[in-house]
Amino acid sequence: MHNLTIKQMSEKLQSGDITSVQLTQYYLDRISQYDPELNAYVTVTPELAIQMAEEADRRIATGKAELLTGIPVAHKDIFCTDGIKTSCSSKMLDNFIAPYDAHVVTQLKKIGMPILGKTNMDEFAMGSSSESSYYGPTKNPWDHKAVPGGSSGGAAAVIAAGLAPMATGTDTGGSIRQPASFCGITGIKPTYGVVSRFGIVAYASSFDQAGPMTRSAEDSAWMLNAMAGFDERDSTSLEREKTDYTAELERSLEGLKIGVPAEYFGEGLDASVEDVVKKAIAQMKDLGAEVVEVHLPNKDLAVPSYYVLAPAEASSNLSRFDGVRFGYRCEQAEDLNDLYRRSRSEGFGEEVKRRIMVGAYALSAGYYDAYYLKAQKLRRMVRDDFVHAFKQCDVIMGPVAPTSAFNIGEKADDQVSMYLSDLYTIPVNLAGLPALSVPAGFAQERPVGLHIVGPYFSEAKLLNIGHQFQQVTNWHKQMPKQYQ
Amino acid sequence: MSWEVVIGLEIHAQLTTKSKIFSGASTEYGAAPNSQACPIDIGMPGMLPVLNQAVIGKSIMLGLALDAEIGKRSVFDRKNYFYPDLPKGYQTSQFELPIVGQGKLEIELEDGTKKVIGVTRAHLEEDAGKSVHGLVPGQTGVDLNRSGTPLLEIVSDPDMSSAKEAVAYAKKMHELVQYLGICDGNMQEGSFRVDSNVSVRRKGEPLGTRAELKNINSFRFIEKAIEFEVERQIELLESGGKVVQETRLYDAETNTTRSMRTKEEANDYRYFPCPDLLPVVITEEDIKAVKDSMPELPEAKRQRFVSEFGLSEYDAVVLTGSRALAEFFETVVALTGSKDAKLCANWVTSGFAAALNRDGLPVEQAPVTAELLAGMIVRIMDNSISGKIAKQVFEAMWKGEGTADSIIEAKGLKQITDSGVIEALVDAVLGDNPSQVEAYKAGQTKMLGYFVGQVMQASGGQANPSQVNQILVAKLSD
Amino acid sequence: MSLGKTEVEYISRLTQIDVQENQIESVAKKLSNILELFAQMEAVDTEEVAPMAHPLDAVQRLRPDAVTEVDQHERLQAIAPAVAEAYYLVPQVIE
Repeated sequence: MHNLTIKQMSEKLQSGDITSVQLTQYYLDRISQYDPELNAYVTVTPELAIQMAEEADRRIATGKAELLTGIPVAHKDIFCTDGIKTSCSSKMLDNFIAPYDAHVVTQLKKIGMPILGKTNMDEFAMGSSSESSYYGPTKNPWDHKAVPGGSSGGAAAVIAAGLAPMATGTDTGGSIRQPASFCGITGIKPTYGVVSRFGIVAYASSFDQAGPMTRSAEDSAWMLNAMAGFDERDSTSLEREKTDYTAELERSLEGLKIGVPAEYFGEGLDASVEDVVKKAIAQMKDLGAEVVEVHLPNKDLAVPSYYVLAPAEASSNLSRFDGVRFGYRCEQAEDLNDLYRRSRSEGFGEEVKRRIMVGAYALSAGYYDAYYLKAQKLRRMVRDDFVHAFKQCDVIMGPVAPTSAFNIGEKADDQVSMYLSDLYTIPVNLAGLPALSVPAGFAQERPVGLHIVGPYFSEAKLLNIGHQFQQVTNWHKQMPKQYQ
Repeated sequence: MSWEVVIGLEIHAQLTTKSKIFSGASTEYGAAPNSQACPIDIGMPGMLPVLNQAVIGKSIMLGLALDAEIGKRSVFDRKNYFYPDLPKGYQTSQFELPIVGQGKLEIELEDGTKKVIGVTRAHLEEDAGKSVHGLVPGQTGVDLNRSGTPLLEIVSDPDMSSAKEAVAYAKKMHELVQYLGICDGNMQEGSFRVDSNVSVRRKGEPLGTRAELKNINSFRFIEKAIEFEVERQIELLESGGKVVQETRLYDAETNTTRSMRTKEEANDYRYFPCPDLLPVVITEEDIKAVKDSMPELPEAKRQRFVSEFGLSEYDAVVLTGSRALAEFFETVVALTGSKDAKLCANWVTSGFAAALNRDGLPVEQAPVTAELLAGMIVRIMDNSISGKIAKQVFEAMWKGEGTADSIIEAKGLKQITDSGVIEALVDAVLGDNPSQVEAYKAGQTKMLGYFVGQVMQASGGQANPSQVNQILVAKLSD
Repeated sequence: MSLGKTEVEYISRLTQIDVQENQIESVAKKLSNILELFAQMEAVDTEEVAPMAHPLDAVQRLRPDAVTEVDQHERLQAIAPAVAEAYYLVPQVIE
């Protein structure tokens, strides 16, 4: 059952072959069987899931169902869910039950998608390995010694292990694409502003963007249809005509111009990863695409720029966690200062504290120009590189990450090397562009994704390319043996 | 050695909106604690701000009234600091690109001289919540109803050189924002808050260190606080001390200012553009739309009252002192057929305004409406009642006894204009005072006033005075 | 650029995040490593480049001035650490 595409699942639901309750129970059973070891879920909500599935079945019976009605979903624990804990994998929010739903959650509820639970992540989405979770690291289903990537590592793992057919993720500096690559699944980060941020606990507001994480590009297209759309509660949500992201899936790639940046294949890129990516690009040629070389000369500036700007925004976004109105409060505060300091110091994990401190420093008197403002200027230079490159090509392809999944603990003590591993994904967030990661092979027996970046609002095109690639490859259909 | 005083004011005017600047929660004053604090105002995780349309037009309006540059592209920034009444740990404000740029405001001093005060800028920001003490021992309670209330912070240049000038400026701004209808001006409820930056220097020397006097809620106390602070600084400097940059609180009971306990380090607010909000863009059309909808400003109104209605400068100033009073006056003039604006002005400035003052009422709550007052003035104009009787009628209307006509009718106050009746009264008075008549005829014509008084008295004040006069003169010259 | 004790203590005050005396050195080192990464930006000539605060050149959308929220303080305060008579409680603030 967990190897069906979403469309096939939907057909079975509509035809009465299976019910949503059966489908949901099937996944709940797999969760109880596998998740204790995998640690991909922070919270599982079986009662709610079944209740929502019953509701979906009634709706299907009346013939008023949509394609996704009755198909269960797992939400990253950064999406606020009314009545269910939203922890952001932090001690700070271990007791936080939001009295509202994120816009994305509302949208999927409206369609009738049962909620299986909330997935594990790097604390407050700050990380690339899901190791900084208060609830412990999630394992990579392909190899339990490896990290699933991050920050949406739990979401990627549940898809890879067949513990949910669809999952929501968020991507601030690569947090959908890098775990998708590490876990051999498909994930897309839409153009900034396409999916509402309302109700998503903010990490870095001018970067955060939610997107789907699924087995195939086709599945992602269906899910993005449900997630995207204007929301008046988010000032950065874009008022655009509703797009059908499945509309272009079957298009031929004949004549597609693929830009390959020379800078993406230099030092630091693992040779076997490079191999996988180059082979995938070669396959695109077989599908009728042509390849041109493009240049992104400022790509090395992206990492420092991002690690100034995102922590700066985070330092301010996370000031609201002060032990006063919600979340963790320290015991027996002596005075107000003690309340603030201990609540925050005890409630936040090390990486979160570090980013808050770095971010505050970058904004502080005397350093604003040298760090924050400079980084904003570099942000424009990185963006302009893309604008320029897209004059010569339709999409850009390259690696998602310099390596396949690394081992748990391997980079835990070396932030800077962890930060640098985001070098291919971060430029896309600085520019606010859409980008897709599709499974393209293996390196050291761990999955490797192909990164496809497009111009603003080219999501349908990216999913089209991903889908066509998946018509001639079966990487996305493979599953780790023990989860098959 | 003579000292120069340098004062700049920061005024926080709460904009009159139904909902908050970034959320749909109500801004109504006096609600139960936290009943008007929605998840956005509380800064709950995942909550996002969306800007209230109404604050833009109101800001543009002030900008136009101050002859200021309007920020075609203004940006919201975050001012970061921790405080219990600041739920997000930052205040959303405007730092580098405010919505209103450099402008000016002319003030008039008590001696009639005029002075132009520069307005550095006016920017939009959200208000903080409120702390209450003593609810639970050792604890402070936080009410976030006020959190997110829209404020326009109007910053003046350091152009004022005395407490009197500062108060004249504050009052003028107070009058202006109410005129424009962008702020209710209620100082007790904190809708209009004045912070004063005060420093002194010896003539010709650079600016001295300033102290900030915060949240004083009456003009009288602002004046006293500044005066005290100026004296304190001069004494301090003359005795070899140094002024410390700090916030000081004014204590009305002792008429002194004292230092607020501040942390030793200066604040480092780490302003940066709020990533949850986008730049606010104002077009020429937006500005024109506001211009077209803008009420007449006090100064223009004053001039028009003099030229159009022939009022004295003094009456014009009094009438335009508040927009409500000016509008009341114009309604009365219109309702009386615009024939005697001066008479209307007299009644509005003296009778009506005096009664408001006596009862401490705003124009809108006066028991005598423009319609009622006009109805009475019409009766003065058509000689139905004299000015003196009118005072009686007015008081009765104020007490709610009805319209002028019904009161005149009920109390029998209608003026006597029947010359037969008046002649009879005159004859009786002259008959009763033969010696005075003789004196008059012998040349003491000033006796006429005496006769008029007697006749009026005999008529119970209701005889038409000019007719009385006429008939008396005629009879006495027989 | 490397941070010393003074800077770490200053940042700690700004962010209300405690750094224990015995951790100052290691925190300083880790933060300094990150600042070294930032140092790469210095050499770039950005004289002619305008700062970019947002990925899209969109402008602020405005909301009509209408009250859309209702009183839900009981629900919102159900998850608050300390409340009395509908006020959020904090240790006494001295002014």
